[in-house]
Amino acid sequence: MNDVLLEIKNLKTSFRIKDDYYAAVDDVSLNVRKNEVLAIVGESGSGKSAFAFSIMGLHTRAKIEGEINYKGNNLVNANANYMKQLRGSEMGMIFQDALSALNPLMVVGAQIDEAIFLHNPKISKSLRKKQVINLLNQVGIPRPEKTYYQYPHELSGGMRQRIVIAMAISNQPELLIADEPTTALDVTIQSQILDLIKELKDTIHAGIILITHDLGVVAEMADRVAVMYAGQIVEIADIYTLMENPQHPYTRSLLNSIPTLAEVKSDLHVIQGVVPSLQNLPRTGCRFASRIPWIKDSAHEASPELHEISHGHFVRCTCYKDFYFPEKSEEERNYVAN
Amino acid sequence: MSLIEVENLKVHFPIRGGVFQTVKDHVRAVDGVSFSIEQGQTYGLVGESGSGKTTTGRAIIGLNDITSGKVMFEGRDLATVSRKEYIDVRKDIQMIFQDPFSSLNPKKRVGDIVAEPLRNYENLSAKEERIRVQELMELVGLSPEAIYKYPHEFSGGQRQRIGIARAIALKPKLIIADEPVSALDVSVQAQVLNFMREIQKELNLTYLFISHDLGIIRHMCDHIGIMYKGRYVEHGTAEEIFTNPQHIYTKRLIAAIPDSDPRNREKHYANRKLVKAEYDRLEKDFFDEEGLPFSLKAISATHQVALGERG
Repeated sequence: MNDVLLEIKNLKTSFRIKDDYYAAVDDVSLNVRKNEVLAIVGESGSGKSAFAFSIMGLHTRAKIEGEINYKGNNLVNANANYMKQLRGSEMGMIFQDALSALNPLMVVGAQIDEAIFLHNPKISKSLRKKQVINLLNQVGIPRPEKTYYQYPHELSGGMRQRIVIAMAISNQPELLIADEPTTALDVTIQSQILDLIKELKDTIHAGIILITHDLGVVAEMADRVAVMYAGQIVEIADIYTLMENPQHPYTRSLLNSIPTLAEVKSDLHVIQGVVPSLQNLPRTGCRFASRIPWIKDSAHEASPELHEISHGHFVRCTCYKDFYFPEKSEEERNYVAN
Repeated sequence: MSLIEVENLKVHFPIRGGVFQTVKDHVRAVDGVSFSIEQGQTYGLVGESGSGKTTTGRAIIGLNDITSGKVMFEGRDLATVSRKEYIDVRKDIQMIFQDPFSSLNPKKRVGDIVAEPLRNYENLSAKEERIRVQELMELVGLSPEAIYKYPHEFSGGQRQRIGIARAIALKPKLIIADEPVSALDVSVQAQVLNFMREIQKELNLTYLFISHDLGIIRHMCDHIGIMYKGRYVEHGTAEEIFTNPQHIYTKRLIAAIPDSDPRNREKHYANRKLVKAEYDRLEKDFFDEEGLPFSLKAISATHQVALGERG
């Protein structure tokens, strides 16, 4: 397909811990298309942020292998100057914590101005100012002329996040990476920011990678979803398939463990055990096996691969076929004994 | 009689300024809040950041000074009881904090952390104490050997359970849980929430559950109070709040929760825009000139809404 914006093949990002490299992102392959929201879901430690940082080339000490093809160029270990050119112009990023993403000593207008200037130094100062005001308008800031001269600490959390978004879209990016853009915000502000991202998507036609742990946000925003567990993609499908017909045990468990408004469950599902740390990650076999011990070993593949079970719906390992939720037993009540 | 009754609670913080640091004004963090909780029930306090929900919780347990109002716990007013009597009452009210990473002393062993309330209130021999602590550890689903470890050796969910073990060590009657799962991953969240409900049944605990997550509030709570700028906008049973919200602020809060069904996406988005328009149109009717909610008016036996004169 020619609407593919970013083609990622066998991406592996490893960090060095005591003379050994451990892969935080392990063999991830996926495509990001134009004008779509691809959500990456996972718990902390699943490697979703490490994945995003790899695309942007923000890791300084990691070992990155594989391919990230963008417009015919491989971004893995690409020239630093080239990456500098891409970042902030063709690729924008929205960070989780807006306060630490902004410079506290500069008025916010000047920070957006700088983002434009660095990539288009020929634009005159007055035109740039006009563009900044336009951007502030676009992200829904009530009095842009006044806000231009305010410092980050003078703005509320939602307003700051809007500034970060304005900065990220200042050069009409083709790819936008949003790393937990609303996690630090209140629900009403969260819905405003999500609506804003949605509306922007329709105007700038960018491909958006949305990284989140909140399945509610995913249901609201995503076109396609990739579920990550322990550095690997365990399931990838379009949003309707994933929400209505989830297959991988991890996806199903995750969906069962959140309280929703629609139905009041008496008990929430608890996933046994914990997400393994980078050093203790099982490198062979199904990585989720230790958390569903009631599934027999033969259900898992020796080296689990992604299987396409219907068009565009991939599931890792074969254990999904035999997976069931156990009856709540006395043992389960005494979960975790270290 | 209710276990705890809060009546017109106010917590004001002074703003100081000028050369002599004189009091210029007050921040009205909690400005006239009243509610009561029955034994064995869970009461949810909801609001956005800055709404005063945490301050309310902290004032009840004595971490913030009460400016005016009454907090009646089993018939005794906590704002006026003598220090000696207060120490006695304090045993029955415990707190679970939001961040399990900063609420446990990293220099102490888990056994010492959990034993601290026991040391404050009960004269136990070292052996008795160890047995009690190990019982508590088992109750929260951690191995008895865990008492020799330090907090950093545990995961977030386990740490939160250590915090719970400490809170239930003295068999309290009321537990104030301030965003107990906000810092945790979803799967761990479920674990802690289930566990809190289990021990509630076992020990007949009463919870004051403070959270901004309406999904969790719905799951946990019997009654709910919604706060905005230090005041109540609505109060009722969980059913009333979620199926029949009356205040525009509550409506907006509920409309803002992401819908878990992607097929409702457009509908939900349209509804949100509609509620937002209603909010802008009716803002004058629901809030006074300073943008604060009015006082509560009962619309049924259990359901109260902050309505203005015209509303």
